[in-house]
Amino acid sequence: MNTLGTDNYAPSGRQYWAPLLELSAQEVFSLMLGEQLQPAPELPCTQGLDVTSMVGLAGSLCGLMTLRCSNNSAALIASKMLGSDGSSATQLEDAIGEVCNMVAGNFKNKISGLGDGCKLSVPTVITGSNYSLCALVNDCTIEIGLLFQGEPLVISLQLNG
Amino acid sequence: MLIVDDSSVMRKIVERSLRQAGIELGQVFEAGNGIEALAVLNERSVSLILCDINMPAMDGLEFVKQLPNVGNAKSVPVVMITTEGSEGHVVQALSAGARGYIRKPFTADQVKEHILPVLAGNQ
Repeated sequence: MNTLGTDNYAPSGRQYWAPLLELSAQEVFSLMLGEQLQPAPELPCTQGLDVTSMVGLAGSLCGLMTLRCSNNSAALIASKMLGSDGSSATQLEDAIGEVCNMVAGNFKNKISGLGDGCKLSVPTVITGSNYSLCALVNDCTIEIGLLFQGEPLVISLQLNG
Repeated sequence: MLIVDDSSVMRKIVERSLRQAGIELGQVFEAGNGIEALAVLNERSVSLILCDINMPAMDGLEFVKQLPNVGNAKSVPVVMITTEGSEGHVVQALSAGARGYIRKPFTADQVKEHILPVLAGNQ
C-alpha cells in the first residue's frame, strides 16, 4: 500500500493532506469494492448527498471526518461490499460507516507518527439532508470531491488545533 | 472460525475474503464485540478467531487479554483485522496475545498471506 506520509502532522505540514485523503479513499474503494474513484473536476454541491457517515478523531489529532454521498451511491457501495444485488437500510448504513472508518484509518496511517496517538471513534451515520453540522472548534477543513460511478462523493476532514 | 467485528457488512467481507483465498472455514460464528465473542466461545469450539479492535462494549485488545480465561479457547490463535494500523497498535495487539495483524483495507491475497501461517502454526 502506498504511503506518502509526512513526518510532520502539525498545521504547517497539512498542505499534503488533501492528496493523502484522496489516496486513502482511492485505496479503500479499490481494495474493498473493486471500484476506481475519479477526482471530481470541482468540489461537488452537497445537495442530494443524503447519507453522511462520520468518524471522530481524538488524541494527537482531533477532529471529524465525514463522507457524504447520495442514497443511490450508498446503496451501490453496500451492494459492492456485500457482493450482492441489494442491501437493507441497516446494511447500507453499516457499509457507509465502515467505508468512512477505513478511509479515516487509512489516512491516519499514512501520516508518519500519527497513528499511535490518534484514536478513531466508531462511525455514526445520518440519513437525510435537513440538518446542520457544527464542529465547535474547527481550525482547518480539508475537503475533497470524488466521483463514484459518476456520482459525487465528498470527504471532509475538520480539524481542531 | 469466529469473526468478531461490530460491522455485519465487514464480517461478511472477511468471510468472503477467506473463501476467495481458498481457506477451509468449517462452521463460521459471528460476534459484534468482545463480550459477544466470549459468550460464543463459552458454547462453541473454534480453530481461529479474526477480530476487529475498535468495537463498542469490549474492544478487540481487551477481548484478546480475556481469552486465556476461556477454557476451551485459550490456545485458539487470534488475528486482528483493523483500521488501526500503526506500529504501536500492532505491538499492543501482539503483546496482548494476537498471532497476526491485517490492516483494513485488505485484499483476499493479504488475508491468505497472514492467515495460512497462523493456521499452520508457523507464527
